[in-house]
Parts: sequence; C-alpha cells; structure tokens
Amino acid sequence: MGELLGLTVAQAAAKIAAGDVSAAEYFGAWQGAAAGDELNAYLWSVENAGDYEVKDGPLGGIPVAVKDIFCTEGTPTTAGSRIIEGYRPPYTATAVRRLDAAGARVLGKTNMDEFAMGSSNENSAYGPVLNPWDRGRVPGGSSGGSAAAVAGGLAPCAIGTDTGGSIRQPASLCGIVGLKPTYGAISRYGMIAFASSLDQCGPLTRDVTDAALLLAAMQGRDPCDSTSVGIEGGIAAPSREDLKGLRFGVPSELARDTFDAGVRAVFEATLARIEELGGEIAEVALPSAEHGISAYYVIAPAEASSNLARYDGVRYGMRSGGDGDLLEMYETTRAEGFGTEVKRRIMLGTYALSSGYYEAYYGQAQKVRTRIAEDFKAAFAEVDFVVTPTSPTVAFGLGEKTADPLSMYLNDFFTVPMSLAGIPAISIPAGLAEPEGGGRRLPVGFQIAAPAFAEQKLLEASYALERAIGFDARPEGVDG
Amino acid sequence: MAELEAVIGLEIHVQLATKTKMFCGCELSFGDEPNVHTCPVCLAHPGVLPVPNEQAILYALQIAAALECEVAPRSIFHRKNYFYPDNPKAYQISQYDIPLASNGRLGEIRIHRAHLEEDAAKMIHVGESGRIHGSGASLVDFNRGGTPLVEIVTEPDLRGAAEAAEWARLLRETVRQLGVSDVNMEEGSLRVDANVSVRPAGSEELGTKTELKNMNSFRFLQRGVEAELERQRELIAAGGTVEQETLHFDPQSGSLTSLRSKEEAHDYRYFPEPDLVPLAPTEEMLRDAREALPELPAVRIERYVGDGLARDVATVLATDPETADYFERAATAASGVEAKTVAIWVTGELAAALRQADSETGAAGSKVSPESLAALVALVQGKKISHGSGKTVLAALVAEGGDPAAIVEREGLAGMSSEDGELESIVAAAVEANPEAAEQIKAGNGKAIGAIVGAVMRETKGRADGGEVTRLIRSQLGL
Amino acid sequence: MRPMIDRDQVLHVARLARLRLSEDDVETMTGELSGILEHVDRIGNLDLEGVEPTSHVVALENVLRPDVPRPSLPQDVALASAPEPLNGAFRVPSPQADA
Ligand SMILES: [Mg+2]
Ligand SMILES: [Zn+2]
Repeated sequence: MGELLGLTVAQAAAKIAAGDVSAAEYFGAWQGAAAGDELNAYLWSVENAGDYEVKDGPLGGIPVAVKDIFCTEGTPTTAGSRIIEGYRPPYTATAVRRLDAAGARVLGKTNMDEFAMGSSNENSAYGPVLNPWDRGRVPGGSSGGSAAAVAGGLAPCAIGTDTGGSIRQPASLCGIVGLKPTYGAISRYGMIAFASSLDQCGPLTRDVTDAALLLAAMQGRDPCDSTSVGIEGGIAAPSREDLKGLRFGVPSELARDTFDAGVRAVFEATLARIEELGGEIAEVALPSAEHGISAYYVIAPAEASSNLARYDGVRYGMRSGGDGDLLEMYETTRAEGFGTEVKRRIMLGTYALSSGYYEAYYGQAQKVRTRIAEDFKAAFAEVDFVVTPTSPTVAFGLGEKTADPLSMYLNDFFTVPMSLAGIPAISIPAGLAEPEGGGRRLPVGFQIAAPAFAEQKLLEASYALERAIGFDARPEGVDG
Repeated sequence: MAELEAVIGLEIHVQLATKTKMFCGCELSFGDEPNVHTCPVCLAHPGVLPVPNEQAILYALQIAAALECEVAPRSIFHRKNYFYPDNPKAYQISQYDIPLASNGRLGEIRIHRAHLEEDAAKMIHVGESGRIHGSGASLVDFNRGGTPLVEIVTEPDLRGAAEAAEWARLLRETVRQLGVSDVNMEEGSLRVDANVSVRPAGSEELGTKTELKNMNSFRFLQRGVEAELERQRELIAAGGTVEQETLHFDPQSGSLTSLRSKEEAHDYRYFPEPDLVPLAPTEEMLRDAREALPELPAVRIERYVGDGLARDVATVLATDPETADYFERAATAASGVEAKTVAIWVTGELAAALRQADSETGAAGSKVSPESLAALVALVQGKKISHGSGKTVLAALVAEGGDPAAIVEREGLAGMSSEDGELESIVAAAVEANPEAAEQIKAGNGKAIGAIVGAVMRETKGRADGGEVTRLIRSQLGL
Repeated sequence: MRPMIDRDQVLHVARLARLRLSEDDVETMTGELSGILEHVDRIGNLDLEGVEPTSHVVALENVLRPDVPRPSLPQDVALASAPEPLNGAFRVPSPQADA
C-alpha cells in the first residue's frame, strides 16, 4: 500500500498503463487514505470505488482531489459556503471533464476558504484545514484543502483555483508544487466565480512533472468560456536539466520588502542554485507591484460583489426569511448564508462600485493593473523569468491573523502582481525554515513567473531547479 | 403663460428572433410550459459563463444599419447590478458607455443609441399564499429569461402623442421588414417606454421627464402619453413642478400610477463584464448586415413621394411591402397613367373591393393581377368606361379574376360617348321627366342637378361618365 | 482621524448588497472597512492620467457562439434545487414595496 501511495502521478500512470499496477487497487488505496482524513481537507469523497472502469489516457486510473469550487454533476459542491449547502450541480466544470477525458477520476472535493476568499482556509463554513506539517498551523488558502490533501498523503494530486495566490501560497505553505497558469489557459466554465478577471484553475502536485501532466490535460480553448484560449502547442513533460542561457529577474523592490529571515535565506540559497545550473540572476524593476495589494483588494471584491449576488435564495441553495416579503428573504438568506469574510468583501466591492466611488476605486485600480502588466512586459524584455519568495512567511498559526483582515491580505503580496497581469507563475518547494517565533521547520516556496502562455518554458526551468534542489522532506507519517 | 410644448423620447426594447438565447443555447419559444427552456447558464447556476449569440449580433447590426447608426469599432458589455427574481444573476448583461450603435435616425427622429442586452424572465403574481406573514407569492418562469434584446433610444425629438405613436409604428414596420424580430407588442417582443416632459414653446431646455413603462399597444402608447402630457400641463398651470418618476398607465381607467418612489433610486454599479471579450464588428459583419437590408419603409416613402404620390398614400403602401410591390408592378404595367393614380386605385378602390368581398388576402394575394388592375385603370383614365363601371369591373375581377376588357365587353359596360347621340337623347328624356329639378337648376340651385344625373345613371346602368352627363344637362338647359 | 466610511454609508451599501447587518456587524464593519479602505486608498494618490484601465487581460475579440439550439434541462431538473417550487415555476415571496 505504502509503495503505491509513494508514487508520483507520472509513475503511477505509467505503471497502470503497463499493467504493473491495477487501477482499481490504486484507486482503492487512495480512497482509503482519503477516508482517513484528519486534516479536514475533504468536504466529500467517493465512497464506493467498486464499479470503476479505467479510461485510457495520460491520466488513466489517477484519482484527483478537486477543490470544492468546481461544479461536479450530481455530487455536492459548496464552495466552502453554507449558502449552497446541499446543492448538487446539474453539470460538470470543463476542467474536471477534461481530467475525466484523460482518464482521471474525482477522488473527493476539498475544503477551501468560502468562495475562495482567504489565505488561511479559516474562512471555510465547514471548519479550517490543518497543515500536515504542523496541525496547529494553517495550510494557506484558499486552496488549502487541495494543498493539505497532496502534502498530507490524502491524494496523489489535486486541482485548485488561484485568484491572487490561492494555489501558489498554500502550495508554498504545504511544501508542494502549485501552478497558476496564464489567465485563459484553462476554461473557467463550471468553476464557481470569485473574481472573474483573475480566477484561474491550476494543479497542486508533488512535483513539476505531475503539474505538467495535469496542465496538459486541462488546458485548451473551451466554447463555453469566451475568455479561454488554451496554450498553443500544448504541454509536454519537462526534461531540461540545466538553466544555461536563462535570465532570472529579482525585483529590486524585494530588498526593502519585509519578510521572514528564514524565507529570505531559502530564497537566496535558491538563487545560488540557479547560478550553479548556469542561470543568470539579474535585477528588474517592478515599480507598480507594491500597489498590487491595493488594486487587488478593490478589483477582486468588486467583481465578487457582483458574482455572489446570484446567491439570493430563489433558484437553489439556502433560503431564509421566505415567510416575509422579497426584501426580507434576500437580506436574511444572504446574512445567514455568507460568512464574515465574504460579507466584508461584498461590502467592500459594492462600495467600490457604487455611485460616486467607481472612478476613485475600480477605475483607478484597473489603471494600476495596466501599469503592473507594463512593468512585467518591460522586465520580460530583459529576463526570461521573474522570481520571488511565494509567501513572506512560512505557515502561521491557526487564529493568528483572523482578527486583522488587512494583515491577512498582505500575505498575498508576492503572488497578487502576477494575477493582476494574468501571467503564469509556479511555486516549488525550495527548503525548510524555522518560523519567526521558533518551532519546527516548515516548507518555503520559491515563485517563478513567466510571460503569458510561456508555461512550457516555465515548467522546464522549474523542473531543472527542482532536481537541483532535491527537496524530499515530508510531513511526519506521510509516505514519499 | 407660454404654451407648453411636448418633448417625448422613446425607449424601445426589441426581442430578436434568433433560434437561441443571447448567452446560452436554450431554444426560444413562446407559450410553452414554464421552465422547460432553461439551462445552468440562464438559471445563473454557480460557475456558468455567458457566450454571445453570433446571430443576435448580426441582427443588431442590421438594426443599426436600418437606423443609419454609427457602429462602434469596439464595444464592450457591462454588468448592470440589481436584485430581482426575474434577473437570475442579479446583474443584466447590457452595454453601457460604449453601445454597439449610436447617432442614427429614422425619418425625422434621431436615434441616440442602440445596444444589445438580455431580457428578464417572466414573473406572475399568484396572490395570497396562505402563509403566516406572506402577503402572497410570485412565480418565476425563466423560459424568456436571456432572450436577446436590442434597446433603441431616441433623442427627445417627438412633439406629440400621436406623432410618437405614428413614429413607433414606422419603427415597428422597419424592424419587421428586417425580419429580425416578431415585433408583437401583445407578446412582448416589442416594448415601448416613453420619456415625457413639457417646456415653454420655443425653449431649448428640457423639462423634468417622467418615464411611462411598457404600454402594450400603439393606441395605449398614444393615450398614455396624452394623459401624461395633460397631467404635466395641469400640474404646471396649478403652480406645481414635475417630479422625476416612473409611471404605469392603466388603459382601463386612463390613470397613471407611480411605480417607484425616489428613495428607491437605483445604483446599478455598472462595470465591464469580465466574462466577455470586446465586440469589434469586422468589415465582413458590417457588409453582411448592410446587404441583408431590404428597402425600408422610410426610404420607400421618400421614393414614392418623389414619384408624385401623396405622403399619406406613400406611407400606407410603404408600411405594407407586399402591397407596395404589387403597386409597383401595376404602375409599371399601366402605360400612360400616372403612378399616383394607380396608387389611389390600389389603396382606395381595390382595398375597398377586397373588404366588400370579405377577402382574407391583400392585393398581392387576390385574383386581381397587377397587370389587369393596370389595364382597368387605363380604361377608366382613357374614359373608355366610366368610373362607376370601373368599380363594377373591379368587383368582377376580385371575384373571378380575368381580363378587364373582356368583362367590359361581356357586361356591356363600354362607355357611351356623346358623339353617337344616344346619351344626349337619354339626358333629354331625363330633363323632361324632372321638370321641378330643371327649374331649380335654372334658378341657380346647383345641387338639384343630382336628381337628373341619378336618373341618367340608372338608365345607362352607370356606363355614362358623370362629368359628361352634367355638361349635357347644363347645355340642354341653356346654361 | 475621520473614518473612510461611516455608519450611514455602511448601511446604504448593505442595503444595495442585500445583506442584513446586526448592530454589532455595522460597528465592526465600519471599523474594518475603514482600515482596508485607508490602505487601498493609496492608489488614489497615484498619477495615472492617460493610463488605459485594464478591462480584460486576454487579447481576444468577437468570441461568439453559432445560433444553434442545445438541449435544455428537463423542468424537474431545473427545479430540483429550488426551495418551494410551485406549478413548474420558482416561487418567491411577493416583491411588495421593494421594486
Ligand atoms: Mg434596457
Ligand atoms: Zn439556457
């Protein structure tokens, strides 16, 4: 059993395809692991794997943990919220259908911050997810359930969504690989919207090769999503072993940014590793990036306030106050159905769009966004990649930041600019570091960003760096 | 006080006759069971995305071309946010600061803008639900929700209720002839709202306007606007001021009631729809739209007026393209007869004859071919038969079709000219038989001639020409 | 310092968003939103005259769908998740004064 669970997705798929491993046995092993979830990573998982027919394909027989933000026909989908508790969608998200078409099968639906709003997974209506490295700490968010499931040995791979860092940050805090593709690479159809101009689906995996496999299966233009493009030429398994001739830009602004000393040490060691592999480190300027958080916390809540207006008690989900008049039903349903953080962002976004404030907030934020995209464009004229730490800290304690929403928002400092620019970025585990207050050493992620649709190049460089780093630490009790 | 002039602008919502909805593949149909044309997209389920209907955009471009609008090289969709059960996403996808089309005109009336959006669902109030606090319930049917709409907004160029209704008819006919909508007001595929205000005649400023919603016929539109103009004029005469509000006109009572109070003022929080990419009509799309245009009523009216037709006759013809085509064939066939005479026969005598015969068809579907009508008009104009005989022949043509000359022959309707003397002797006999009338005529009572003309017509079975008969009577009386 | 957003504005925004807030919520929300707005308000001081706002990050135009019908949901599936459906329709309390 342990042997099976120790395989990467690529290894397992190869063994299943060769007939060395039975797909049913493999799926059953993961099903057992998922059933033993002590991290609150799953909100729902497959109960009966018996009648399971393996489909041929690059992911034939591979179980996938799916963030509960993806609609799956006939099985519960909550987006971490009470407001659609019990809802069973009449359709399946395109990303999940594509995984299915490649032979994969949904293992379970993973816990998340309500409507993907959060960086700690403490905003789930169904309780927080625990970090497998230290159960007193958060796994990051909002794809915390997916990250914890992969890191905690409860799933071989997972998918999540990233709006301002929601794949990369939990991947970093849980010591796994998390890739946010270019906006438009994977269809958003069936992915419950948080902030439509930023949301993007992506894989959370043990290694870069597995991330490439999942991306390859999911990417592509979808007639159900007008904003989807796909990646020209598709995605192949990465194989590059050096970084010769590649330039990695470190934002000069990073020098004055505050982040944990331990995180800084791992970041600098990784830069040294890049040079050892023949890569070149250069300084680049991203002068507008420091305004990323401000722009993001206007744009994302504004779009969310509109996207979440459909949860009104009329057609599906929760209804409360239905014995009163229409206004009472609306206000009561939404007051009882949404959690605190969601309400806060709906309020923020509604205010930013309201009459008299639009230009000062939303209009201005979209201009900042243009500036940030221009910064990246200028940087990519000089370098191949821009690199930063993924998160300014390692996993923090449960409850540590819940009282101060702003300090929580600042966690996304390094990941938000790429989201605003719509470009791909990956977080790979780069080492361990002691938290500021002391304690057990925890994973540190290294973020690499590339120009739009340069995913293949990004994966190749990440693969070479991953091999050189050789990160093989695992949480206690997890095979690998 | 100076006279108060009416200032009226119209907002028209046109449902497009596409096969599917604006943003999803659900079929459009009218009158089916509730909620059988819905899908996750038009029910606004979590995670769905809109994809615009290509045909709806081509139809909108056709409307833009017909209204001589400028088409925006790049327009975007916006979200208009408001909560209502007929609006499932709680935002309507519409166009805001850059509409598809603007700055057009139809006839004398300028078009401010025309944009694409999606329709709301249908809501029915079912009254008392029996629940404790509930005053009642409403039922929502999403079959119609998401139907493509083009919203057309005029400049406030209309100066009266009748003018507004007449222009709205022209617009409907224009859109109908494009074939892009059913334009049925009762079924709601054409909906007209009016913005009404008054101002001192000659003033350039606009007064405070009120908005009249959803009048479902042109008659109600006219009556509603009339009632509102009267209300505003009385209000101002009494020293009051008009408040900006939305009004509902009840055609039964003729009364106007306010729909929304001012404190419920909306804040739609428009912002660009992130789920849709910009619309940039290509040269090809624009050409397709232009080429799909038939000759539209406003253009046809001007052409007919140029050909000498009276404007009202031209309008009647142009708003009925089948009859207009019929008229054009008849006018071409009728050598030596003016087009305006043929037009009067088509819209007057032929229409009356068809009505008389309870005919279901218009001129084009009748047994009277345009060529035979042309031949008949030529006979009358050439005084080969009298006007009265012409009507007799027309009635026969409506009933059985055929050649007018043959009918004239068969019925012995050939005209009587004064040359052969027959008509003169009939006139002489009639004068003799009506001595009283003859005296009155001589005494200067012109009307008295009718009795003698009538007698001649009876005797000739209408074959005689009325003008000729009158001339003969007067000459025989030495006048 | 004057809060960025006051109690009345919070109540107005809550009404627009159809969120019923308790007295405590209003209090907390006013403080928290003010704090966040104060931070994000920094972008208000940037000179972005002439910068084109980003409305879409993908460079696409005219992504359209042919006008071809696709199967709709059966009525019972459409209504499956609806609270209290009636006669094949979605039932809601009457709008009353709230238009
Ligand atoms: Mg409209
Ligand atoms: Zn639909």
